[in-house]
Amino acid sequence: MDLIFVNLIDGLVTGLLLFMLSAGLTLIFSMMGVLNFAHASFYMLGAYFAYQISLAMGFWMGLLLAPIIVGVLGAGVERYGLRRVHQYGHVPELIFTFGLALLIEEIVQFIWGKNNVAYNAPEILQFSAFAIAGNSIPAYKIFMIFISVSIFIGLLFILTRTRIGMIIQAALSYPRTVEALGHNVPLIFMGVFGVGTGLAGVAGVIAGPTLGTFPGMAFVLGSIVFVTIVIGGLGSLWGALVASLLIGWITTFAASYNIRFEDILLSVGFSMPENMAESPFRDIWNMTTPQIGPILPYLLMIIILVVRPHGLFGKRDA
Amino acid sequence: MTDQQITTDPAKPAQRMRAGGTTVTLMPWILAGLVLLVLPFIFQSNSALTIMNKMSITIIFALAYNMLLGQGGMLSFGHAVYMGVGGFACVHIMNASEFFSMLPLPLLPIFGGLFGMGLAMIVGSFSTRKAGTVFAMISLGVGELIAACSLIFVAFFGGEEGVSGDRTYALPLFGIEFLRQIEVYYLVAFWLMLSAILMFLFSRTPIGRMANAVRDNPERAEFLGYSARWVRFYSFTASGFFAGIAGAMFAINYEILTEENLNLVTSGTILLVTFLGGVGFFFGPIIGAVVFTLVQTVLSLQTDLWAIYAGALFVATVMFFPGGLAGLIMMHGPAAKLGKLHYLVLPYLKTLIPAGIGILGVCALVEMTFHVRHASIGSNEMTLFWTTFDSHSLMPWAVAVAVSVVAFWIMRRNLPELVAAWHQANGVAKDKL
Amino acid sequence: MRKTTKFGLTTAIALIMGSTAAFAETVKIAFIDPLSGPFAATGTNGLHQYEFAVEKLVNEQGGVLGGTKFEILPYDNKTSPQESLVQLQVAIDQGAKYIVQGNSSGVAHALTDAINKHNRRNPDRRVLFLNYSAVDPALTNDACNFWHFRFDANADMKMDALTDVIAQDPSIEKVYIIGQDYSFGQAVSAAANAMLAEKRDDIEVVGDELHPIGKIQDFTPYARKIVASGADAVITGNWGSDMLGLGRAVLENGFTGPIYTYYAAADGITAAFGETGKGSLRLVAEGQINPPASERAVAYYEAFLAKYPDGNISQPRITNVIEMLAKAIEEAGTADDVVAVAKALEGMEHDGLWGGSMMMRPEDHQLIQDVHIHAHTDENITFDYDNSGYGLVSESNIVMAGLDSPTTCKMDRP
Repeated sequence: MDLIFVNLIDGLVTGLLLFMLSAGLTLIFSMMGVLNFAHASFYMLGAYFAYQISLAMGFWMGLLLAPIIVGVLGAGVERYGLRRVHQYGHVPELIFTFGLALLIEEIVQFIWGKNNVAYNAPEILQFSAFAIAGNSIPAYKIFMIFISVSIFIGLLFILTRTRIGMIIQAALSYPRTVEALGHNVPLIFMGVFGVGTGLAGVAGVIAGPTLGTFPGMAFVLGSIVFVTIVIGGLGSLWGALVASLLIGWITTFAASYNIRFEDILLSVGFSMPENMAESPFRDIWNMTTPQIGPILPYLLMIIILVVRPHGLFGKRDA
Repeated sequence: MTDQQITTDPAKPAQRMRAGGTTVTLMPWILAGLVLLVLPFIFQSNSALTIMNKMSITIIFALAYNMLLGQGGMLSFGHAVYMGVGGFACVHIMNASEFFSMLPLPLLPIFGGLFGMGLAMIVGSFSTRKAGTVFAMISLGVGELIAACSLIFVAFFGGEEGVSGDRTYALPLFGIEFLRQIEVYYLVAFWLMLSAILMFLFSRTPIGRMANAVRDNPERAEFLGYSARWVRFYSFTASGFFAGIAGAMFAINYEILTEENLNLVTSGTILLVTFLGGVGFFFGPIIGAVVFTLVQTVLSLQTDLWAIYAGALFVATVMFFPGGLAGLIMMHGPAAKLGKLHYLVLPYLKTLIPAGIGILGVCALVEMTFHVRHASIGSNEMTLFWTTFDSHSLMPWAVAVAVSVVAFWIMRRNLPELVAAWHQANGVAKDKL
Repeated sequence: MRKTTKFGLTTAIALIMGSTAAFAETVKIAFIDPLSGPFAATGTNGLHQYEFAVEKLVNEQGGVLGGTKFEILPYDNKTSPQESLVQLQVAIDQGAKYIVQGNSSGVAHALTDAINKHNRRNPDRRVLFLNYSAVDPALTNDACNFWHFRFDANADMKMDALTDVIAQDPSIEKVYIIGQDYSFGQAVSAAANAMLAEKRDDIEVVGDELHPIGKIQDFTPYARKIVASGADAVITGNWGSDMLGLGRAVLENGFTGPIYTYYAAADGITAAFGETGKGSLRLVAEGQINPPASERAVAYYEAFLAKYPDGNISQPRITNVIEMLAKAIEEAGTADDVVAVAKALEGMEHDGLWGGSMMMRPEDHQLIQDVHIHAHTDENITFDYDNSGYGLVSESNIVMAGLDSPTTCKMDRP
C-alpha cells in the first residue's frame, strides 16, 4: 500500500516532466500543424546549455538562462527555417524538423562529445525530503514537481486570462481572421514556437541531472512526446496534462508490479503448453509487465486513434 | 487527359506527380538495364558489389515507400516493419531446409513480398481509414510496437542477434549456387528492374491514378465514386508487397536479419532517402538511395563526421529544394525542351565551382576543429584534401577561412548572373506557352 | 582521430575501381566498431587503445617476422550488423586478414557468421575474427567456429567469479538480478540464478527481471522495487546510459549494499557516478589497473595518458590481443596463412601486461585468464577514469577463472 503511494509520486514526476514537453508541442502542433520532431532535441539542448552554464555560474543561473537561450534558438529556427519551408506544405515542414533533430544530435556530439556529461543537481537539493516505508523521496523530485506545476498554472493563466492568450487561442482556429483583425500572426507563431521550445528547455534543465545528460536523451524521449499529445488530443492543454500523467503512471506501475502473462493467460482459461521450450508462443507466456511497460503508450495511442481519432480531449481529428 | 507541360513548381504537389502522357517510353528502362548489366565490369571488387547491392535494396525499398508518400500522400513512420517482416520470413524459409532445398533462390523474394503484403493488409485494415496525422501516428505506433516485440518474441525475431540463414542451401539454378557476390548482384539487379517496372506500371493503373487523386483531394475522389479508404488500402498493400521484396533481397544479400531492420531508425532513414531524392517523381527515390548509400558507406570511410554532413545536406535540401534532387534536375525540363540549356552552362560553372570550393572550405574548418579537439597529444599532423599540415598552427586555418570567404564572395557576386540566365532560359518559354 | 592520412580518397577510388590498394606491406588489422552514433565514445576509445598498443607493443619493438609492422584500419559500423557486414567486405578487399570487433554481441554474431561463410566460400582469402569484448557465451559455445577467438572472459565466466565473491560474503542473503531484455541480459540472469543456487543455496533471489533496452527514461520504479525487496546486493549486466540510470536511481533511493556490475566504468560513467557510487559499485572484469601489476604496466599507462590525456584504458585485454597475435604470427612464420596463425593461437600461453597468465583454450577459442572484482572508489587510485579522481581498484582476483568450465563448442577445423 505504501508502495502505491510512492509509485504515484514517481509517476507524477515522470508525467509532469512529459507534460512540460508536450504542452509546448501541442500548442505548436495545433497552431502550425507541424509535428515538430526536433522538440525533444530542444529538451536535450536545454540540459546541455544548463550543464555548460552550471560549470561557470552554478545550477540556478543555468535554470534561468538555458531555457531562454533555447527559446531564442527555437524562435530563430521558426523564423529562418520553418517559415521558409512552410510554403511547401506540411510534409516538408515535418521532414525539416526531422532532419533538424538529426543535425542537433550530431552537433551536440561534436561540441560536448559522445559521453555522459557530469551534470548534477545542486548540493542544496541533494537530500531526502521524506521517506515512505523506507523509500526516500529526494528533495529534487519535489522541486521538479513544484517547477512543472507552476509552469502549468502559469500557462493556463496566460492562455485563458490574458489578451495575448486570447489571440493565441483565436489564431489556433482562425489564423486568417485573426490576421485580418490586424494581428501579426507570423509573430505569434514565432513567439509560440519560442515559448514551446523554451518549455522543452526547462524540462531538459531539470531532467538532465536525474535522467542523465547524453546525446541519446532526445531519442529516448522523442516519439513518446508525440504519443502523449495525440492521446491527449491536439491543441488541448488539459489533454496534454491528463495524457502525460496517464503515461507517467502507466509506465511506472507497469515497471513496479511484476504481473506475469502466464498468470493472466491461465486465469482467462488458457492451458499451459506442455512443452514450453518448443512452443512457438513461449515468449508470450514468459512476458511480464516491466518488459512491455515502455511500449504500452504506443498501444494505447493506436487504440485511441482507431476508436476516437481526435484524442481524449481534442476537438478535431489528429 | 490534356497534354501537360511538366511543371516545376514544387510548392504544388498536385502538379508534380503528373504522368506526362500515357505513352511509356522504353528508353530509360533499357538504359537502366544496360547500366545494371555493365556496372560490375567497371566496379569489380567484392566491396563495390556489396555497396551496389546495398544500393539496389535501398532503391526497391525507397520506391515502395514512395508509393505511399509521393503517390498516395501517406506519411509513414514505421515502414521498415514491412520490409523487416518480409526479410525475417525469408530467413525462416532459408532455415526450413527441406522446403528451401526445393526452391530456387530467385523465387524467394515472392514469399518475402507476400509476407510484407500480409502484414500490410492487417495493419492497413485499420490504419488507412484516415490519412494525414492519424495515419502517420498509427504507423509510428505500429512500427514501435513491432520493433519492441522483436526483442521480446525471440522465437520469430531471434532477439538482439537476429536470425541468420544460408542462401546456398537453395535449389541450384542452372548450376548457380549463389556462392559468389557477383551472382547475388545479378539476382538483386534482376529483382530491382522487375520491381521498379512493376511499381511504375502500378502508378499507371487506374488504382495508381486514383491514389494520386485521393492524395490531392479525397472528397472529390469520393464524389467520383471511389472510396478514398480502399484506394489508400490498395496502395498500402502494394507498398507492403514491394517492401517485403526489398526485405527478401536483404535476406539474400546479408543472410541475417536483426532488430535493426525493424526499428524506427530504419523507418526514419527511408523517409530521408526518399525525400532527399524527391517524392514528386518516380525516379526521385532512386537518386536518393544512390546518394545516401554513398554518403553513408563511402563518406563514412573518410570521416567520422559523415552524419553531420548528411544531416546538413538533408536540411539544406528540404529548405531550398523541396522537390528533392529529382526536382532539381527536372527544373531544367522547360529549358531543355526549348534547347536553351546552354545559356545556363557558364553561369552554373561560375557559381557552382566557387560554391563547391566554399563548402569544402567550411568542411575543412569543421574537420580541423574536430582534429584539434580530439587528436592525441603530439599528433598535430592531419591530412585533408591530399595535403598534410599541422592543425595546431595558424596557417591552415587562415587558408581555409580565406578560401571559404573568397569562394562564397565570388559565388554571391555571380549569383545575379545565374538568376538572369535562368530567366533567359525559361522566360521565353513562358512567352511561347 | 581517423587516420585519413593513410587511406584517403585514393583508397576509396581504388576500392571502388576494384584494384587492391597497394601500400607498404603491413599486417592489416581491421577495427570494425562504432565510431559514430550513440556508442561512438566506447568505439573511439577502443580504437585509441588499439593504435597505441600496436605502436608500443609491436612496431616500436621492430615489428614481426623481421620488420613487418602492424597497422590498424578503422571501419565505422555504427553498431549496425548490416553496416558491419558491408565494412567487413571493404576491409577484406583492402587486404585485412585480421578483424577485431567488440561492441555488441549482436554485431559479433553477425560477423562470426559472415566470416565463417566467407572463409568457406573463399578459401584463398580467409580472415580471422579476434573478438575482444562481445561476451555472449554462445559465441564460444553453440555459435563457435574455428575463425573466432575471444579475448574477454565471457559472461558466464565473469558470473562465476562474481558468485564466488558473493558466496564468500555471509552478509549477503538476498540478491536482486536486473538486466536489459536481450541475449546478454538474459545470459547474465540465467548464469546468476544457476551459479548462486549451486554455490550458496541459502541465498534467495528476491527479484529477477528484464527491462527493455535503451527505452527507460526513469529507473525509479525499478529502484523502488529493489529497495522494497530488501535485497542485500544487486547484480546487473546493464551498460551505457541504462547502467548509469539504473545505478543512480538505485543509490538515490536509499540502497546501500553492493551493486555488482559488468560495465559501470569509463566512457563518462565513472565521472557521472562520482561520489554516489563509492562503496557500492563493484565491477567484474579482466585486467587489473589499480594497483598496477608491474612497472611495465605503469610505464605503458603513463605513455598512453601522455598521448591521450582524456583517454582511459578501459579494455586492458586489447594489449593481449595484439601481443598474442604478434606471437602467433612469429610462431607460424607467416601473417598471410591465417590457418597457421590460428593454430598457433590455439593453446597459446601468455603473460599479460596487466598481470596474471592466460591461455587460449583450444576447444572453444576462449581465453582463460584472471578475473578481478573491482570497486569504484577514489582511494588508492593510481590511474583514474574520465579524469574524475575515481577509478577501479581490484578487490579480489579469481585466478584462471572458468578454466574447467564446460563448453558445447564443436568446431570444424580446416
